[in-house]
Amino acid sequence: MEPIIAMLVGVLMATSVYLMLSRNLVRFVLGLALISHAANLLIFTGGGIVSSMPSREGAAAAAKSDALAQALILTAIVISFSLLTFALVLAFRTYQTLDTVDTDAMRAAEPVPARPPRQSGSGAELS
Amino acid sequence: MTWLLAGPVVVPLAAAVITGLQMGYGRIQRALSLCAGLALLGNAIALLARVWNHGVIAVQIGDWPAPFGITLVADHLSAVLVLITAIIALAAIVYSFEDIERGGLATVLHPQLHALLAGVCGAFLAGDIFNMYVWFEIMLIASIGLLVVGGTRPQLDGAVRYAALSLIATTLMLTGIGLLYGLTGTLNMADLHLRVQEVENQGLLTVIAVVFIVAFGIKSAVFPLFFWLPASYHTPKVTVSAVFSGLLTKVGVYALMRVFTLIFTNDVGYTHEILLWVAGLTMVTGVLGAASRSGLRQILSFHIVSQIGYMILGLALFTPLGLLGGIFYVVHHIIVKANLFFVAGAIRRIGGSSQLARLGGLYRDAPLLAALFFIPAFSLAGFPPLSGFWAKFLLVRASIEADEYAIAATALAVGLLTAYSMTKIWVNVFWKARPRGVIPRRPLSASGRFYLLAPVAFLAALTLAIGLFARPFYELSERAAEGLMDPTGYVEAVLGEDAARRAGLPAESQGGMPN
Repeated sequence: MEPIIAMLVGVLMATSVYLMLSRNLVRFVLGLALISHAANLLIFTGGGIVSSMPSREGAAAAAKSDALAQALILTAIVISFSLLTFALVLAFRTYQTLDTVDTDAMRAAEPVPARPPRQSGSGAELS
Repeated sequence: MTWLLAGPVVVPLAAAVITGLQMGYGRIQRALSLCAGLALLGNAIALLARVWNHGVIAVQIGDWPAPFGITLVADHLSAVLVLITAIIALAAIVYSFEDIERGGLATVLHPQLHALLAGVCGAFLAGDIFNMYVWFEIMLIASIGLLVVGGTRPQLDGAVRYAALSLIATTLMLTGIGLLYGLTGTLNMADLHLRVQEVENQGLLTVIAVVFIVAFGIKSAVFPLFFWLPASYHTPKVTVSAVFSGLLTKVGVYALMRVFTLIFTNDVGYTHEILLWVAGLTMVTGVLGAASRSGLRQILSFHIVSQIGYMILGLALFTPLGLLGGIFYVVHHIIVKANLFFVAGAIRRIGGSSQLARLGGLYRDAPLLAALFFIPAFSLAGFPPLSGFWAKFLLVRASIEADEYAIAATALAVGLLTAYSMTKIWVNVFWKARPRGVIPRRPLSASGRFYLLAPVAFLAALTLAIGLFARPFYELSERAAEGLMDPTGYVEAVLGEDAARRAGLPAESQGGMPN
């Protein structure tokens, strides 16, 4: 089971990198969602994958998968869920304010290349 | 003792909730926020005094024994960083009374600021690497919130960049933690110190170490991962960017220092060599970036990057003197850098702009401000007898003693370029005549002057104190560095002397080896 999950982690990671390299902010946020899944699955695999009943007294210790790893994922899922929600709101708000989801077109905070820095530094004036 | 250690986390968290409940009541909220800042400062002083007298202290939350439960640990490094955090927090709270207009914005600032402080202090005190991850996330979410307070276009643009890279960093950190746990079966950092030496596949450990370098490297804004910082730090309110500049990247540096002295010391020749290159390139790119900018806060943002290089240099040398210099540098830098951002805010309020070209003549208009800028600015550049001189002196000396002449030369050259940037600001803002067409600003009220200048004066006095009476700060950094180089005390405080001795006998002899 582990090799399959390991490959799945690799595929998820590759997909998320591909998505995050996009200039489109929405794709980037989707990439973020995938990369946190990849990290969670990785911890899950690290804890060992065993098909067995929930652990009881007397069950062989070796046949149990590590419960702590799963507890970690639970925490990480909650955190990544909230951060993803936050990132979506931020992306939407940015779209509303800047009228674009193209990160290359977002030039409010940084100087536009090939123009004198005085005009382009207007970000600080606004802030 | 439990409360002494839990306080720096509990007080700001409680303050975040309480000030959050007082959202509609500006005056009460501000008073409560100030009280919470004072309480945090008192707690931090007591914590440092305790650590200074008794050595490393640790608390097992909920009485779960060490490698299983959540542990809070304060050694000299953690305690001094918590104290500096409290000082910056208090300065920021006072500054915000004038910097941020009463009403809507201020009411959302205070709860988030305290949540951020809880995250920062928690990360400094966490004795468990997963716990540290959780504090990083709390810090992250509070910081994005603070970044967009006001909601202007540059702020949202900066926040997107900041959030994007920070979220990748924390995911990488989580990945690293997962791999480390899979390899060692523990998350407690003291326990990890012992277990990593039993790991058979040391090569895999080095791979995980590199994952952590990238994750914390993004957090601490080192070359080539720093691009989020100059894109976002000049956009928020001045109070916010001062707190960010002082604290956020330094949490990344702290994490690097902790992890690469306590856990990943198996292949120092490889990992710390990477860090050395990173340190040099960070110093150079940061200071060159600063030279290319013309806005006050943009220049200062790039200087954060450049200064991070010095701190990483101390760690990369991995000698007692190097770490001492690095820790001294962190302490000095947090105070100086936050102060420079406060001054930049005051300049904008008094001078009406933060673009160098549109400023001038402030030496005549605001001589006190000029003096208050002079101290942190030239401390940053490393002029004696200010604090930056000692910090740079220690690091350059450590580099020379470690036979790293190239990095010593780089550090000195970057110091010179820093002086160039600071004189550029000095000449343009204070000495140059006021440019034509710039409207004279409205004068500040008496209370406004106090709120803006009192924190600046206080931090400048601290900078002077560190410079003129460097001895106690040197001793503190020395003890902190000793604690990092030889973590026996740390491990014993967390796991108990018996457990440490039982598990650690081979480890102790190995732990001393890299010295």
